[in-house]
Amino acid sequence: MSDTHTNSTYWQGVRDSLPFLLVISPFGILFGVVATEAGLNLLETMSFSIVVIAGAAQFTALQLMSEHAPTFVVLASALAVNLRMAMYSASLTPHLGAAPLWQRALIAYFTVDQSYACSITAYENNPGWSTRQKVAYFFGTVTSVCPAWYVMTYVGAMIGTAIPPELALDFAVPITFIAIVAPMLRTPAHRAAAATSVVLALVFSFIPYNLGLMVAGVGGMMAGARVELWQNRKEQEVA
Amino acid sequence: MDGIDKTTLWTVIILLGLGSFGLRFVFTGIIGDRSMPEWVLRHLRYTAVAVLPGLVAPLVVWPAATQGQIDPPRVIAALVTLGVGYFTKNVLAAIGLGACSLYAALYLFG
Repeated sequence: MSDTHTNSTYWQGVRDSLPFLLVISPFGILFGVVATEAGLNLLETMSFSIVVIAGAAQFTALQLMSEHAPTFVVLASALAVNLRMAMYSASLTPHLGAAPLWQRALIAYFTVDQSYACSITAYENNPGWSTRQKVAYFFGTVTSVCPAWYVMTYVGAMIGTAIPPELALDFAVPITFIAIVAPMLRTPAHRAAAATSVVLALVFSFIPYNLGLMVAGVGGMMAGARVELWQNRKEQEVA
Repeated sequence: MDGIDKTTLWTVIILLGLGSFGLRFVFTGIIGDRSMPEWVLRHLRYTAVAVLPGLVAPLVVWPAATQGQIDPPRVIAALVTLGVGYFTKNVLAAIGLGACSLYAALYLFG
């Protein structure tokens, strides 16, 4: 009986993440194209996507290497972009922390923006799920999203330099992230976190190595938590 | 563009892969089942909405494709995507209409 339950949450994860294929695909193709243009061969481009499996960090690293930045600057900047993965990891821990270690290691490797965004939304909407159901759902989201990342990187590397700049593929990345975040802005606390993050990211963009993003992330989380406390207090006063 | 040094490239791929895994594993793997205090959980609820907007904002306002100059079509497309996503809660519709508005605006302004 519990097997049919985990089975159905697995497929729900697959279904819920399918829309992200439209998101992953241009992003993956774009990485393949950009990497090939920067002079990487197929093995190098594919290794990048399979070993690192983090689009934004891969673009950051590639850009800085093309500018011949020192290796430690490349690593520091790309890891700073990926610091949000630590926050995702922390946020998934209350839901998945009870899973066996080997599953948590696999979950860690596959923790990307899309699997995280899908899973955390589903966990919040289904508080009654067991750990096994939550793990099954997570791997469902991964099943559609992560192989697509590898395959589309390959397609991009094959297309190479054939995509004209008029297609403005550069903007696939921001549009994707905005479309993911917009439906999450459902409470004043979520909206405050997002607005704070935008303002701080722009104001502190002068800080090198993307560390302004960390200021924005931490500031946004503090704003969200603060507004949530205010909201709770207001509701208690009304009640 | 002259080539990227191969030793540098492989160093970055391997260390970035290990580092990224470490960042992803640090809480799920090491903290595991131990419970976390309520104030930590309250902050973690806002991780995604606190990090992703900050990642996107500079890309919208200072896009690399226009050498960091503010570009009306890209700002319009970002606002359309945000509006559609916010009101319909539909990620795909937001991406589709956002992309359409980008191409329409690029055509009109270009």
